[in-house]
Amino acid sequence: MSPPAALYRKTLDHAGMWSGVVGRGRTLRLTDLEGGANVGLLLFNADLTVERYNMPDTLKGQHIFHLRHPFCLHSDMGRLLASITADTVGWHDTVGGCCDAKLVAEKYGEKTYQAARNEFHRNGRECFLIELAKWGLGERDLVPNLNLFSKVVADESGRLTFVSGHSPAGGFVDLRLEMNTLVVLNTCQHPLDPDRRYHPRSVRLEVFPPTPVAADDACRNSRPENARAFANTEHYHALRG
Amino acid sequence: MSTLTESRLDPAAAVHREVVLAGDHWSRVITRGQVLRLVDLEGNQAADTLFYDAHDPANRYSASDTIRRQAALYLSTGTPLISTRGDVLLTIVADTCGRHDTLGGACSRESNTMRYALEKESMHACRDSFIRGAQTCGCGLGKRDITCNINFFMNVPVTPDGRLTFEDGVSGPGRYVELRAERDVLALISNCPQLNNPCNAYNPTPIEVIVWNR
Repeated sequence: MSPPAALYRKTLDHAGMWSGVVGRGRTLRLTDLEGGANVGLLLFNADLTVERYNMPDTLKGQHIFHLRHPFCLHSDMGRLLASITADTVGWHDTVGGCCDAKLVAEKYGEKTYQAARNEFHRNGRECFLIELAKWGLGERDLVPNLNLFSKVVADESGRLTFVSGHSPAGGFVDLRLEMNTLVVLNTCQHPLDPDRRYHPRSVRLEVFPPTPVAADDACRNSRPENARAFANTEHYHALRG
Repeated sequence: MSTLTESRLDPAAAVHREVVLAGDHWSRVITRGQVLRLVDLEGNQAADTLFYDAHDPANRYSASDTIRRQAALYLSTGTPLISTRGDVLLTIVADTCGRHDTLGGACSRESNTMRYALEKESMHACRDSFIRGAQTCGCGLGKRDITCNINFFMNVPVTPDGRLTFEDGVSGPGRYVELRAERDVLALISNCPQLNNPCNAYNPTPIEVIVWNR
């Protein structure tokens, strides 16, 4: 069976940023076009944005420190925002956060709009705040974000190391949205990436039509916690209608 | 594991001492230069804690900025607690426990249904305490302001292959952590009532908070 045509397709170049509401059941595919991409990602319940992606519940609900298929992205309300239904990369960072203006200036040097026009240096924090503002959100909604395509490992003392060259060109991850979800993302580099060159990689964003969650769904059945979070999410939709 | 660091401060010289009972919440403004100590009175008690700039609470504790700044997961002596704007809110200046968690977040009635069983929904949880603390602290805070917190005295080891576990063990009766405020901060604590995992040794107990002027 050939895959369905994408409902939407966009390529983010430089330090691209994007936000949009993606409806329940649709799949958001992000593809690392060059290798070494990073996508900073925040998710909110589009119908009531006070419900949002929650790093601790995602980690402790699945006893994990990283994300990959068949894990899920949990909200702070015992429900699911998204499931990772396909993933060729195998490790996505949950703890590194995003770079800010100070870190970008220290690491890559200053490059202003006046000097470089649209090649100027952007940072993840400002990209998040710009896109959040378009939906009435702001600093109070800035919580620890995901970093798709990036791998950060911890040793026994908790010291973190960024694993360079982790994501290959063409690597992709599919997020099936489990509720109507406000997706806010940017392609700024990972804050722990030791590469001193400023070069955010291009990422393709596609949205595919809804698919039902089958009884034998790998994400739903990956852990009893995820099965209960699916049940909570279904209760929410049943009440909401 | 970091080295344990004792404090020279004498509780008899403190400006404020208060016991926070198991399952209760507590908030107080700690002014710049003041030192806040949290004491795990009976051992193995998780003290879920949030910090805000007292004059501008949107500038609040950020777990990911704190982790990123030190490129390490666990909090101990010397760790600066970083805000969402990159400011140092407080610095850990003494620690007889050794390490503290900022990945595990707070329990909530909703996440208890996900983690344990749908019928655990009625059990008291930190998020409800945080909500009541936010509503009563006088700073106009609400659920949006409740972000990923610190769990003082809690042990949540991460393995090199990317697993996360909840373990008993690094704290004990009388162990404490001490923080110097680098600006005026609002501290909001939920003394965790969780009964479903070993974070409180299945028996939530009181903590003491002690504040000194410098």
